[in-house]
Amino acid sequence: MAERKISFMNAITESMDMAMEKDDRVILIGTDVAGGAEVDHLIQDDVYEDAFGGVFGLSKGLVGKYGRERVIDTPIAEHGYFSAAVGAAATGLRPISELMFNDFIGFALDPILNQGAKMRYMFGGKAKIPLTVRTVHGAGVGAAAQHSQTLYGMFGSIPGVKVVVPSNPYDAKGLMLAAIEEDNLIVFSEDKSIYGMKGEVPEEYYTVEIGKASVTKEGKDLTIVAIGKMVHVALEVAEGLEKDGVSIEVVDLRTVAPWDEETVLESVKKTGRLIVIDEANPHNNTATDVASVVADKAFDYLDGPIKTVCAPDTPVPFAANLEKAYIPDANKVLKVAEELIFDLKKE
Amino acid sequence: MEKKTALWIYQKMNEIRFFEEQVRRIFGKGLIPGFVHLYAGEEAVATGVMAQLEDSDYITSTHRGHGHAIAKGCDINGMMAEIMGKKDGLGGGKGGSMHVADIDKGMLGANGIVGGGFGLAAGAALSIKTLGNDNVAVCFFGDGASNEGTFHEGLNLASILDLPVIFVCENNQFGEGTPFRYASASETVAERASAYNMPGVRVDGMDVEAVYKATEEAIERAKAGKGPTLIECDTYRQYGHFEGDEQKYKSEDDPNRDRDPIIEFRGKAVENGWITKEEADSIESAAEKTIEDAVAFAEVSPLPDESSLYKDVFA
Repeated sequence: MAERKISFMNAITESMDMAMEKDDRVILIGTDVAGGAEVDHLIQDDVYEDAFGGVFGLSKGLVGKYGRERVIDTPIAEHGYFSAAVGAAATGLRPISELMFNDFIGFALDPILNQGAKMRYMFGGKAKIPLTVRTVHGAGVGAAAQHSQTLYGMFGSIPGVKVVVPSNPYDAKGLMLAAIEEDNLIVFSEDKSIYGMKGEVPEEYYTVEIGKASVTKEGKDLTIVAIGKMVHVALEVAEGLEKDGVSIEVVDLRTVAPWDEETVLESVKKTGRLIVIDEANPHNNTATDVASVVADKAFDYLDGPIKTVCAPDTPVPFAANLEKAYIPDANKVLKVAEELIFDLKKE
Repeated sequence: MEKKTALWIYQKMNEIRFFEEQVRRIFGKGLIPGFVHLYAGEEAVATGVMAQLEDSDYITSTHRGHGHAIAKGCDINGMMAEIMGKKDGLGGGKGGSMHVADIDKGMLGANGIVGGGFGLAAGAALSIKTLGNDNVAVCFFGDGASNEGTFHEGLNLASILDLPVIFVCENNQFGEGTPFRYASASETVAERASAYNMPGVRVDGMDVEAVYKATEEAIERAKAGKGPTLIECDTYRQYGHFEGDEQKYKSEDDPNRDRDPIIEFRGKAVENGWITKEEADSIESAAEKTIEDAVAFAEVSPLPDESSLYKDVFA
């Protein structure tokens, strides 16, 4: 029997539902996560069928099932509710807190940067912060400079924070369940432009290990490490180059902090060539970090320079043609790949 | 006030004062890394509030947190060792003065970020409410923090969710060196409570009994599901914002400048027959000894193992 196929966003909804079903201490807190919780005409026997469940609808249905005590609409006050989520996590709950767009972190960074990420360390190992921060990144939907950034690398530079970026529905469900099970602060960053992507997702409860990359496609000539949606760009490039007789290995990083050095180094040692694709701006991002570690630890295995393909050093533009030019795509990666594999191509 | 409460309060007030005097002394000798913010002068607030709390209640504290930690029952030896950056410190020497904490005692940490505690306390209260426990969370904050945006977000959120939390402002008249009367558009912090539909009371923060009574009412309200209360305690810090602060911004006519809450409480407690003079004397000498012992304990405690640098980043 064929596996069930569901969308990336449905996989995330299902994982939150399963986690809340399994453990009463799991709560959902954020702006409109219930959606209209106090609106009289939406309350019918506490079912809330028409409560909209977040701007992307990812938590639709959960307030009806688990009640307003566990699916908590907050004012638009990102600092206030993130801070409350950290306080709740330190004292016995396991919150999932939603930052509607990662761009809004400017108002909400302190609870993550200075409180949640550091309490355990500062308090001599006595605190546990089982908090999952769900957020949304990425360009491609015409949302412009304040709703389209890719900031997971910024979170990833904070010690005490783990950052997960799923590229497909299967991983989204398994990584979300793993994140909620962890006694640590996890930022779970979703690319909104792949919410509709469908894939095989088992109905049962399962987890995908945090901190472990996956080799999506094996190959021997060139490694492409990619993050989130960029994994699909890597696969497109791989398909194109296979026709020219060049064999590409695609590594899906899945966790960007702490990222899986072992899998990446093993792959580069095999292929001798590396491209890293990251939709973040080009400096101080995950791609540059991967490149620097590989240059340090696998220099002798390299047959060419390490290349990164990132967004340019600009804000995300609005106009469709400019936004398209901003986002890394297969053509940009192919151009860069040419420099590395020109001698491998079959005539 | 019951005798045992008065005895406890007087003991904790003295422990805090002697603790801070010793911290000041050994900081002057260069035995404490970084910087310290002393609580001396504000003892009536921590003890008046904490006399109403149990171990299972939560507090969030501030950069001026030693007094809160002592009154909440944190181990004093562990605190002194922590402040000196020693292995036997409450945080293994990795937090220091601004991060003294003991979650098992409900002490969610001193906090190096001004205004960092409003939401944390609301979150602890959310845990209490969601898990169905009969407790409260108390957020201590200074007049300086009352002008952070986090004040607004935390109080509003706590109020709309009817959380069992008490916001206790220690208005010591200065945010670092800036006078409250300059920095705040409102004359008091307490009056802002009306914007959040919660009671706002202003009490004499040099008077333990006033703080104690206001806290009792706030707890009653919180536990009855009626939500938060804002209590502003008018107080004064005896020393500077940090040790070494020249305090040139202070002036002769600062309110509370010439008052000492410990002396006032002793007088009142003896007068009301809560404590005898002999009991008060013996509490003072016992507290002095407790703190001297803590210094001795911390001085011989080893430095943290270097390997601990890498520990406890994650669970």
